Order: sequence, then C-alpha cells, then structure tokens
Amino acid sequence: MIDHTVVDLSRLQFALTALYHFLFVPLTMGLVFMLAIMESVYVMTGREIWKRMTQFWGVLFGINFAMGVATGVTMEFQFGTNWAYYSHYVGDVFGTPLAIEGMMAFFLEATFIGLFFFGWDKLSRVGHLAVTWLLAFATSMSALWILAANAWMQNPVGAEFNIDTMRMEVTSFSAVFFNPVAQSKFVHTVSAGYVLGAMFVLSISAWYLLNGRNVDFAKRSMTVAASFGLAASLSVVVLGDESGYTVTEHQKMKLAAIEAMWETEPPPASFTLFGWPDVAERKTHYAVHIPWVMGLIGTRSLDGVLPGIRELVAEAEVRIADGRKAYAAMQALRADRNDAEARATFEAHKDDLGHALLLTRLNVDPLSASPEDVARAAESTIPNVPVLFWAFRIMVACGFWFIALFAYSFWLASKRQLDRHRWYLRVALCSLPLPWIASELGWIVAEYGRQPWAIEGILPTALGVSSVSVTQVMTSLIGFVVFYTALAVVDAFLMVRYARKGPDGLGMWPPKEEGVH
Amino acid sequence: MPDYETLRIIWWLLLGVLLAGFAVMDGFDLGVAALVRVLGHDDGERRALLETVEPVWEGNQVWLILGGGAIFAAWPLLYAASFSGFYFAIFLALLAFILRPAGFNFRNKIEDPRWRDAWDGVLTFTGVVPPLIFGVAIGNLFLGVPFRYDATLRMTYEGGLVDLLRPFPLLVGLVALAMLLMHGAAWAAVKSEDPIAQRAERALRVLAPAFVLLYAAAGAWLATGIPSYVISGAVVVDGPSNPLFKAVATDGQGWLHGALGTWACVIAGIAIASAVLVPLLASRRRHRGAFLASAVAVVGTVMSAGFALFPFLMPSSLDPRSSLTVWDASSSRLTLGLMLIAAAIFMPIIVAYTSWVYRVLRGRIDLAHVRRSHSMH
Repeated sequence: MIDHTVVDLSRLQFALTALYHFLFVPLTMGLVFMLAIMESVYVMTGREIWKRMTQFWGVLFGINFAMGVATGVTMEFQFGTNWAYYSHYVGDVFGTPLAIEGMMAFFLEATFIGLFFFGWDKLSRVGHLAVTWLLAFATSMSALWILAANAWMQNPVGAEFNIDTMRMEVTSFSAVFFNPVAQSKFVHTVSAGYVLGAMFVLSISAWYLLNGRNVDFAKRSMTVAASFGLAASLSVVVLGDESGYTVTEHQKMKLAAIEAMWETEPPPASFTLFGWPDVAERKTHYAVHIPWVMGLIGTRSLDGVLPGIRELVAEAEVRIADGRKAYAAMQALRADRNDAEARATFEAHKDDLGHALLLTRLNVDPLSASPEDVARAAESTIPNVPVLFWAFRIMVACGFWFIALFAYSFWLASKRQLDRHRWYLRVALCSLPLPWIASELGWIVAEYGRQPWAIEGILPTALGVSSVSVTQVMTSLIGFVVFYTALAVVDAFLMVRYARKGPDGLGMWPPKEEGVH
Repeated sequence: MPDYETLRIIWWLLLGVLLAGFAVMDGFDLGVAALVRVLGHDDGERRALLETVEPVWEGNQVWLILGGGAIFAAWPLLYAASFSGFYFAIFLALLAFILRPAGFNFRNKIEDPRWRDAWDGVLTFTGVVPPLIFGVAIGNLFLGVPFRYDATLRMTYEGGLVDLLRPFPLLVGLVALAMLLMHGAAWAAVKSEDPIAQRAERALRVLAPAFVLLYAAAGAWLATGIPSYVISGAVVVDGPSNPLFKAVATDGQGWLHGALGTWACVIAGIAIASAVLVPLLASRRRHRGAFLASAVAVVGTVMSAGFALFPFLMPSSLDPRSSLTVWDASSSRLTLGLMLIAAAIFMPIIVAYTSWVYRVLRGRIDLAHVRRSHSMH
C-alpha cells in the first residue's frame, strides 16, 4: 500500500528544499565568473579599483555561498532519508554522477573558497587569480554532474532492470554521461546562473548610481555585468530552445502539457502564445496561435508530427498492458528462477515494467487491474497542464526581457552613458527579482512536468518513497520550514546590510591611508 | 577490471577511507567549533580560534558529502536503509550541517556582542551534535537495526529515535564526541598562539584520557556483552546484491571474533597508544606531533569499528536475513569498476591540492593581528 500522505509530504519537502537551494546556487555560479573577470582585469591592468571590486562583490558572494552549501547537504541526504526505494532502485546509475561531482568539482570548489577569502596576502597576484578561476570552473563543473544525474531522470538511457537485484543497473556509462538531455540542460542551467549573477551586479550598481554613490565603482561593475549578461541571456534563450528540442524527443507528454496541446495537430504545429487551458474540457480557451512555430521548434522540420495529450494517453494504455505482462512474468520468475517462458516474456516487455507500476501507484494490483483501472493509470500520466503552461510562458518572457535589458545596458556602457537615464537605472533595479523567478519556474517546468514519474517511464514518484511515517515527514518538513525561514531572514538581512553599506561604507573604495581587510 | 569480490572489498576499504577522512579532516573543525567558548575567552581569542579553521572547514566537509555520495553510488542499499531508518537522527545531524556554514560565515559580519555570542552558541551546537549522532548510529549497527525487506526489496523499519538511544550506542556517541573534542583541541594547539594554545594543552590532558577510557569501555562491552551476527550457510561473495539470498544467525561468538576481529583489536591498541601520546607530546610543546598522534587515534578508531563489523555493514535485528553485508549491498560490478577508476584519478589530485592549500595557510594565527583587524570573514 502506498500511503499518499507520506508521498505528498515527501514531495512537498523535496520541492521546497530544492527550490530554496536553487535560490543560492545560480547566484554562486554567476557571481563567481564576474569575480574572475574583475580580478583578471586587476591582474592585467594593475588598477587597485578592480581588486576592490572583486573583494566587495566577493563579500556578497561569500554570504550567498554559505547558504548554498548549507542547503546543498540537505539535497544529498534527502534521497536516502525520504526516497529510500528510489535510492535502492536507481542508486546503481544515479549515485555515480553525484559521487563524481564530489570528487571532481565540489572538492575543488570548497577547498579553494577559503583561499579566495583568506589568500589575498598569502598568494601572488597570479596565484590568487588562478584560485578564483579554479573556483569558477569547479562551480560550473558541479552543475555538469548534478545535471547529468537529473537528465537521467528525464531520459533514462544506458541502464536496464535486473530482476535478481530488483533495480536498474548500468549497461553503458558513456550513454549516461553523454545523454543529450544532460548537455542541453547543462548549458541552459549554467547560462541561467550567469544571467542571475549579472543581474545581481547590474541592479545593485544601478542603485548606487541612482543615489550618486560609488560612481566609478558601479559603472565599471555594470559594464562587466552588461557584457557578461548579454552573452549569457542570448545563450540561455537559444540553448533553452535546444533544451525544448530534446524534450520533444524524450518527453513528449511534458511538451504537450507545456503547450496545452490536447489534440495532435497536422504538421507543422502552431505555437500557443496565450490561452486558458481547461483541464476538465481538455481545451484551451481564448488561444492565440502563431502558425508553424511549434512544429519548427519541436521537430526542426515542416512535416514532423507532435503528438497531443489524447494520443499520448492512448499510447500509455498500450504500454501499461505490456507492462502488466512483464509484471506477471516477474512474479513467475520470482517463484521459479528457471522458468524459461517467463524469462522470455519478461525480457520482451521489461521496458514497460514501469508503466505497470503506475497501477501500483493507484494501489491497484497490476495482475488483477480492471480496464477502468488501466484507463485511470493512463490518465495519470498527464502532468498539471495549467501550471506548466503558465510557468513556461513567464519564464520565456523573462528570458526575452533579459536580452533586451542587457543589450540596452551594453549599448549604454559602450557609449559611457550608464548614468544618463534615471528611468533606465530604476528599471535595472526593479528587474532584480526576475532571474530568480525565471530560474524557479524553470525548475518547476522540468521537474513538476516530469510527474507522475521520478524516472521517466521507469519508476513512478509515489513508489520511490521511504517507509517512514506521516509524523516523521511532517516533523522534518516543519523543521525545514522553520530553519530555512530563519536563515532566509538572516541571509537577507546581511545581504541588504552589506549591499547598502557598499564599498564606500565598508571603507573599501575610495582608498584610505590604512589598508583594510 | 578486478572481479566482483575484489571490487567489493576495495569499495569497503574506500568507504573506510572516506569515513576516516571525514573524521580526521572535518573532525578537527567540528572539535574547534564545539570548543570555541571553552578555549577562547574573549571575542579576539574566539576570532583567532575560528580563523584556524575558517579557510579550510568547507573543503573538509566535502569528505562527508563525498562519503554520502560514495555510499549512494557504491552501497545504495546501505545508503537507503541507514538514512531512512535513522530518519530523525539524520535530520538532527542535517540541522547542524545547515547551521554550520551560517555560523562560520555570518558570525563576524556584525560587531554586536550579542550577535556573536549567539553564533558561538550555534557553533558549539554544530560541533557537538554530529559526532554524537554518528557515534550513536554506529553503536546501533553492532546491536542490529530493526528493519526488513519484502520480496521487491522495499525496506520497512520498525522503531523510532528513542529506540536508537540504548546504552551501548550512547556510549559510542560519547566516544566519538570525546575523540573529536580531543582532535579539535590538538588542532587549536598547532594553529594558535598562547594563551589559546596553553588552554588547548590543558584541555588535552582531560580529553585524551576521557577518550581512552570511554573507547576502552566500549571495546570491553563489545567483546563481552554484545552478541554478534554471522552469515550461516554458504557465503557467496560475487552474487547479485540481494540480501534475501543468504541466511544469517545471531549466535556469533562476539564481534571481536569475526573475520577481521583480531585486526580490529590490533588497530584499537594502536589508537589507544596514540591517544595516550597526545597530551604527553602537547605538554612538551610538540604540537604537530600531538596532532598527528590524534589523527592516528581517530583513523584507528573508525577502522576498528569497520573491521569488527566485517563482513556486515548493517545487521538487522528484526529479520537477520535482511542484514546488509559487503557481499550483498553493493552496486553492480560495472559501477564499482568505473567508480574505482574515477577515485584512482581524482583522489590523488584532491590530496595534492588540499596539501598545497594547507601549506599556503601554514603557521599560527597571529592573535595580536586578529585583535587589530576588523575582518568580516
């Protein structure tokens, strides 16, 4: 029996802690590159102000980094505490990228972060710069491995089910690591982090200019942010499109849900710009279509067909039927490991075993399921259409806004007119929360859109939970909410305080007689 | 690629290396955090004391993160069973690991003494709780943990936080705490100037004997009072990782008579001898020597527990057949092989750059300089 209260609470806890962790990680990824760029300018030109810029933004970086580390441990432990069956079922494949992330990236990052702050007087200029670049490199490498693990949840390649151990086991590691989903996700996600870091510097610098403080400091910072942000925002949108293309290939249902595409359209399909998805009627009201665009984005062709939700549900029904054959054969094999006929049936249908587990998820025995149960299980493969539809559109709108804002900033910076228009500075300041909103919505599209699967087509999320009680999960969930809220308050307090103080208030720039640490 | 049996043994050893690495590296900064109010008497001293670990604790903590990742990848059944079975205990440890980065990074950001006092309290908590909890968890392994598997290898656990708090595991928790306090004080002696270093020497004269006594008591209890588990029937060392394919009896002769019991005793002897040396060396101002001796004691203590348990990883008191052993809780051969290659490439690199960082940061923290500066890190 699956206790759905435990499932729902565990999912809520995972979503909250992941979304919270992802408030800090993209800023770390983006800001560290800006630090490396600023420090490179310092080393190349020898101008003190660039060192002070690196150190000042470094203070804010440090506050944020601590939060990223604090909330990251939770993520790694939580698979074991709350998703024990998931960990058992896919640990053979999923654990490896996480372990390699630790060895290759996080170790490097965490070892050198201390030298970044405490090594200014202990290292040569070039030595310290090397530390900063290593830090930047390691941070993005970290994302590479985490996203390789995540991509396997979206597109589980290079592994097959082993009936003796009751779990998925690796058949090809190169397939796991060179998963096309992993590559497009990696570039899209790190670019999003770079955009966020650039916006952070741009907005706070704009605030200084609005107040007429730290003018030299802020203009230089904004110039770095504008160029870095423009490149990153172009990359995040273009490669986001690539990400969309790989979704088409591997997660047709997610794409159909994002588009609220209830029926299969004759190719090339149109893109729904806006509309009101109605789940009950399976229709999208007031839809504004742009002809051809979806077919072109999704299939890179004029004649590729994008299946609609209704067709995909029908496909799921067929796979559930096949999966039940595999499930029955598995029971027979468990009773008698030498049953050759059962072995053959199992091998023929084991790719659909996961679909039989959709019945288990509904607390129906796959062996005795009625046609209504099967239909219900097939329906359950539809994710939450309105949430995906809107989350995606807001995210994309933010993406285009970032391109426009950074392009304009870049133009102003190249004309040395960054402080000319107060309205521009206000707009830049007010855009500060947008990359966070876009990043969190991106997570929702990717992970909420994967439901009901933990591993697409292999393991329904509900089956992955630990055998823990409602009380246990409730207690930890409340604990996390309380602790994380308290930490968020402290973090925001320190961030605002140090940003407000600014390089002038902290005595970092302009330089005084005495050296400041 | 080595055969499945060899790979399992190698990964069992590497698990030990990672846990010992965590205890030695992160152990001293947990110990320093726990002792911040004891060894530092005013804000300047405390800042100097914390600065002995602030540049390195993040790197040290990766031993724990990597340990978690390696257990997930190499021993997925152990990862799933221990983390979900010890649910509340892991949650408490997590709280400590969540608060630690905030404690180290936020403490010096505001000058208000109340703010700093509060964070010192937090740091003490984050230094004391993890060793206690990990010790209690390891103590429970020897008694057996109440879990069982069904035919689909879904684990159920019958017990709660209170069931973990039996006398023997609590004693092991105290052993771990005393051990890391000793280790932290030894580090403080190496990296601090007087009067902090002198206080650390005095603390070692209490902490090291306390550790030795508690550890010896736990060993004696283990030898005489705690029944052990043995695999009864054929031991298949290269079969599929399914715990239900074997039989286990609980009438063992005691944990110190297991496959590697003699080794466990030898290593325990080395650990005790090293711990005895710690205060002797420290009092003669041989601080580095004392820290090295402390590190040997820490490694020995972790290893002795693993050797005594071998081949078990997590015995089940509810259904002994469900017990996890080295032979039936690992990943597939392919995964273990690939991970071994990754470890062979990256672990030497990690050791190399970590050593370089410690070289750059060598020397005692200048207390007068810390008092003068208003560092916010």
